[in-house]
Amino acid sequence: MNILAKIFNASNGVHPPEHKLESTSLPIQKVAVPERLVLPLRQHIGNMPKVLVKVGDSVLKGQLLAEANGTVSAAVHAPTSGTVVAIDEQVIPHPSGLPDMCITLRPDGQERWVAHDAMDYRSMDRVELLRRLRQSGIVGLGGATFPTHLKLSPKGTHPVVTLVLNGAECEPFITCDDLLMRERAEEIVLGAQIIQSLLGAVECFIGIEDNKPEAAAAMKAACEKSGFAAEVGIVPTLYPSGDARQLIRLLTGKEVPADGRSTDIGIQCFNVATAQSVYRFFAHGETAVSRIVTITGNVARPGNYEALLGTSVDDLLKAAGGDLPNTDGYIMGGPMMGFTLPSSAVPMTKAMNCVIASTPGLFPPPAMEMPCIRCAACADVCPVSLQPQELYWFSKSNNLEKALEYNLQDCIECGCCTYVCPSHIPLVQYYRYAKSESIAQERAQTAADQARVRNDNRLARIEREKQERAQRNALRTAKADTGGDADKQAAIQAAMERAKAQKEGVTPQNTENLSPAVQAEIAGIDALRGDMTSTAPTTETNS
Amino acid sequence: MKYSPFFTSNTSVSIVMLKVLLALVPGIIVYVWAFGSGILVNLIIGSVVALLAEASVLQIRRRPVLPFLLDGSALVTAWLLALALPPLAPWWLIVVGIIFAIVIAKHLYGGLGQNPFNPAMIGYAVLLISFPAVMTLWPAPLSLTAAKLSFLDQWQYIFSRTLPIGVGMDAMSSATPLDYLKTQLTMSHSMEQIWQAPFFGHWAGKGGEMVAAAYLLGGLYLVQQKIISWHIPTAFLGTLALMAGLFHFINPGHFAPPTLHLFAGASMLCAFFIATDPVSGPTTPNGKLIFAAGIAVLTWLIRTYGGYPDGVAFAVLLMNICVPLIDAKTQPRVFGHNS
Ligand code: SF4
Ligand code: SF4
Repeated sequence: MNILAKIFNASNGVHPPEHKLESTSLPIQKVAVPERLVLPLRQHIGNMPKVLVKVGDSVLKGQLLAEANGTVSAAVHAPTSGTVVAIDEQVIPHPSGLPDMCITLRPDGQERWVAHDAMDYRSMDRVELLRRLRQSGIVGLGGATFPTHLKLSPKGTHPVVTLVLNGAECEPFITCDDLLMRERAEEIVLGAQIIQSLLGAVECFIGIEDNKPEAAAAMKAACEKSGFAAEVGIVPTLYPSGDARQLIRLLTGKEVPADGRSTDIGIQCFNVATAQSVYRFFAHGETAVSRIVTITGNVARPGNYEALLGTSVDDLLKAAGGDLPNTDGYIMGGPMMGFTLPSSAVPMTKAMNCVIASTPGLFPPPAMEMPCIRCAACADVCPVSLQPQELYWFSKSNNLEKALEYNLQDCIECGCCTYVCPSHIPLVQYYRYAKSESIAQERAQTAADQARVRNDNRLARIEREKQERAQRNALRTAKADTGGDADKQAAIQAAMERAKAQKEGVTPQNTENLSPAVQAEIAGIDALRGDMTSTAPTTETNS
Repeated sequence: MKYSPFFTSNTSVSIVMLKVLLALVPGIIVYVWAFGSGILVNLIIGSVVALLAEASVLQIRRRPVLPFLLDGSALVTAWLLALALPPLAPWWLIVVGIIFAIVIAKHLYGGLGQNPFNPAMIGYAVLLISFPAVMTLWPAPLSLTAAKLSFLDQWQYIFSRTLPIGVGMDAMSSATPLDYLKTQLTMSHSMEQIWQAPFFGHWAGKGGEMVAAAYLLGGLYLVQQKIISWHIPTAFLGTLALMAGLFHFINPGHFAPPTLHLFAGASMLCAFFIATDPVSGPTTPNGKLIFAAGIAVLTWLIRTYGGYPDGVAFAVLLMNICVPLIDAKTQPRVFGHNS
């Protein structure tokens, strides 16, 4: 039935210590409902959703708390029943460490569900179906958190023919998808079937790294059981094979164009956990209220924990037996692309696939940075075939133009180059800096353009006023001289003509009609920025 | 412990350089076996001077001395130059060469990672141009010399140019195969006649060919360890063999066979240790192929038609000049881009 898919040429990458075994010895554990849930409104890429409740409201599990606002947005639901106790800014799990709007809920411990029903996606009206999905709060759970309803209604000109299910989970330490595939393969496969039918795709590849034989076996069995003709592709364990573009190449041999999306070549990629959420939504009407997160590193009981969204990292650590002595911080995500949490009080979000309690032993401080010796070890491993040593050189010397010419914007910030560099150069940091610097420059350029337009407008206005004054003066003189001699009349006429001519000469300078161009430019820059953030760690990449 | 990636592989410049030094050891052992321990004196002087020069310049440039001394790059330069010089050359030869290589060719350009030219080859070229007489005076293989010099004798000869009573330098020295071949060919001797000379071995010079084979072994270790990629050695040796083979095939009486080119002179050292210097070489895979092929062609041309016995040093330096251009023209296709 399901054939073992052919794997295309393994690309570049690195093979860091996997550290997966620590967290795979226990089955998925359920975390008890905590005393407080903090729900950041923005747990996805896109607009902040619109809050529908106020402080003091009683809510039911699965009730809509904030609705999707605009196309690129996702809803937020109550993960359990309880009372809204605050709607304010709280520190969220974000690298910036900045606070953002959150709804705080005090659970009543009853877990009373709002009315929710199964839906038959086959008979449902498509518009209605997408509307419901939009309010389901389901986003990409691989870390990218792109709203799922958008990925199910791609705008491209090409029909989507291939569904790629991402179960590669290539980052060290993270095992939540592994355990999910081992324990809930059937739900994933049923979800994949729904997604495939909604996309109108005709084939499905499931990509799993070869270090997860149990998961692969479970997925194969589930496909067979439900008669789903998917091809399970066992890809070599080589970070970052779980990057969507890398996985698509491994499984289909096709390359997503650098300036496009996978749908441009008829492929759409979903994380396995996202597929499972889609299944839960249609089969049980369950919205996004919980997720599975790997708690590992320096904790007593590393493993995978299923917790309500909004559960604090502190509560998750407690569930994992607490952290052991020497813990010096917490990393969200994997060690290759994750970031240090601003505090362990932050809530678990839809994006949180892993928390690692770190120690100086696990992640030693970086060694002294030496000069680049041009050994090209970085270039040998770069999955995008960039020349990291050149990008480093250009970024360091602030030669952004050259850096962009050498395709800085194609860097997926996977960290492979930094991982192998014998000179211990934090290459990715230089690229992050250069990328933000180039965005800042573009912004400054736009600001300068806008200022120029404003100044032109001002000059034009001054000139216009001068004209008007001149005209008024001319008119006054003319009135005063009613019946005066022809010479004077002629002079007045001439003055008015001059004023008129001048005014006409000036009008085109009124640059209001330039603003669409500038607006287009701003839009272009915004698009670029969006692109950059989407190629940055936020894409459906690792895991 | 602040930004990702939070861990890195266990590698460092020191480890890379150490492995390069390690890979040279088999060659050195065979060298001592074939030509005596004089080369060790050269290596010792070279190492000490290189470390002293490196430390002094770092001090003057106010750079951290210890980490840069430990990176091992100065030692690699010293060993490569020492191995390229005649083993019984006077002590000051290597001293001058090393100081030139470290101070001028490396640090005046900005130090580790910045030098556009291979420092060891700059040192070699300067010595060859300035002191051609001593640079072309090579000892004969031990198996051919009547008098054997002890380690102390060699040490004494290197420092004071005095030999034990009754031993003359002409008994100790011989022409190198490449040099001999060239002079003999100009005297219009046939290749067969020339090949009868006692210091020819199986494929190239007696002794020298064994040293070359040991370098090859060490070089393969570097490829296996991924310290160097296969591109440069393959393209260099392949092009050299092809070029020499072609001309030898056309006119065997006039052109040396490819085996001689591969196993004589500094070919093997160049293929795995000199042309593969990362700092002064190209970084792209195709660039490496072009770079190495260019060195091979130039080496063959200089050996065949030039005035110097071996062409490796000049060939490398000439190709070093082309590196920025080669890199710029051989950028690999980026993922998701059209060619
Ligand atoms: S790995 Fe490091 S030292 Fe080597 S070329 Fe890349 S940046 Fe330079
Ligand atoms: S971080 Fe960027 S440059 Fe470095 S290996 Fe990854 S994609 Fe290549």
